[in-house]
Amino acid sequence: MAKIIDVTNLNYRYPQQTEHPALKDVNFSVDQGEWVAIIGHNGSGKSTLAKSIDGLLPIGEGDSGTIKVGGITLTEDSVWDIRKKIGMVFQNPDNQFVGATVEDDVAFGLENHGMPREEMVTRVHEALKRVRMLEFAKREPARLSGGQKQRVAIAGVIAQQPDIIILDEATSMLDPEGRVEVLEIVRKLKEEENMTVLSITHDIDETENANRIIVLDDGQLQESGTPEKIFAYGNRLIAMGLDVPYAERLRTALRKRGTIVPAQYLNEEGMVDWLWTSHLKM
Amino acid sequence: MVMDITFKDVGYTYQVGTPFESRALHEINLTLRDHAFTAIIGHTGSGKSTLVQHLNALLKPTSGTVTIGDRVITPETNNKNLKPIRQKVGMVFQFPESQLFEETVAKDIAFGPMNFGVSEEESLKRAKEMVQLVGLKDAVLERSPFDLSGGQMRRVAIAGVLAMKPEVLILDEPTAGLDPEGRRDIMGMVQRLHQENQLTVILITHLMEDVANYADQVVVMENGGVVKVGTPREVFSNVQWLRDKQLGVPETAAFADQLIKKGFQFKQMPLTETELADELLPQLPQAGRNDNVE
Repeated sequence: MAKIIDVTNLNYRYPQQTEHPALKDVNFSVDQGEWVAIIGHNGSGKSTLAKSIDGLLPIGEGDSGTIKVGGITLTEDSVWDIRKKIGMVFQNPDNQFVGATVEDDVAFGLENHGMPREEMVTRVHEALKRVRMLEFAKREPARLSGGQKQRVAIAGVIAQQPDIIILDEATSMLDPEGRVEVLEIVRKLKEEENMTVLSITHDIDETENANRIIVLDDGQLQESGTPEKIFAYGNRLIAMGLDVPYAERLRTALRKRGTIVPAQYLNEEGMVDWLWTSHLKM
Repeated sequence: MVMDITFKDVGYTYQVGTPFESRALHEINLTLRDHAFTAIIGHTGSGKSTLVQHLNALLKPTSGTVTIGDRVITPETNNKNLKPIRQKVGMVFQFPESQLFEETVAKDIAFGPMNFGVSEEESLKRAKEMVQLVGLKDAVLERSPFDLSGGQMRRVAIAGVLAMKPEVLILDEPTAGLDPEGRRDIMGMVQRLHQENQLTVILITHLMEDVANYADQVVVMENGGVVKVGTPREVFSNVQWLRDKQLGVPETAAFADQLIKKGFQFKQMPLTETELADELLPQLPQAGRNDNVE
């Protein structure tokens, strides 16, 4: 499969904090159509990594490494072409609106690219339909729920038809319903449009959707693996900025009580089946 | 003084007599006991925030009475004499760090008590105490609140409310937007304030795990009314009812519910994984005791 993001030997320091690097020799790649979750505790470098891919960081002396997006190497000249391939959704749903109505807001990015009106109208319509917000097209963004606001933000991103969507803690300020709504939309985009997803998150449900989880610590890439592999770390997950999945917590509690438990991580369904089968042996 | 808070036939309507009139609360009868830890749950828009704004008289009922300690608040109550109530009942709003504004942490925390007539010297002394109470080091006192991490800023904002020495602490989604470790730290701090400092705690939350772990009473709201009041175990025992109301279910209760459908039996609905493991033990084949695991 084609690598759509390819990061090699990336080193980065923020201008104010030159003694402490924010990213140290980071290497990773993402396949087209893959969903990769980036986890790590606060300050581990997750957001820095995401911003670096979108060319949002000022590059100084001593920063090094290569970032390729869709085969193009990120440079001062190519940054605008690369940004067209990437859509970003941020944490706070209230900080991302510029338009007076939902449809104006979604159109904003397209207007900036000088798109003909007719095409723009079609794209906005399609994007709002995709996030199931079409009936809210004429509403004021401020009056929407948190989940609806983030869906509009996603519509603004997909109207620009990017290849990659980066979610920077995009569900962390939402209530449980809002979180479910947003994740469902993202899952559909990945499945139906083969969208590549990079999500920076502390949410266990969000990571469960990913094909792969990358763990950052102190600016370094610590681990990379499937959710099953990473979830089996148990209590160590807390230091990685994640909760311990329920089935794993129960497995630990049972093991402490002397029950023979499965050796590897089981998801909830697997755990229920395993308990039931064991129970029948009594 | 006993700080019970009692609602009697309380109704609240926003913008009465205008085209925007909307009824947010109706027929609320409820007692929140002194020193209890009460959780209020319900959908966005169910009336939770409107309800808690009555607890410190930010809103007055449009019908019925709210009794806070020895003060009775009716629709006719004069706004002038409500300040003492707001000192006794501290309110931590959602994302309270967005209200920090002073140049140092110490000044920010001291602002509240000074506003209630406490001297500057005493207020700064309190700031020092409160910083410790919320688990921060003295060194942050002279720093700008805006140089702190999100979790630290939130603690400073909570310290600012605690500095008014309230007897009741209301928290609206105090852990929203924090990572799991930050959430755990804040809830641990709230539990300590409840247990060691005898504060009455009222928590609005979407996180059913927190309700199961910390609350001793749960109030369930729907469409501006109270639909259930009980202990967490009473409320969470009926998983189907919670699902019908589209409310969250604590992970353990949801998991136990799946097991019950498969034929497992529990004496009572388990609410934590340790309770569930204890109940599962006699229903599973045992190995020899294994004391070496962590």
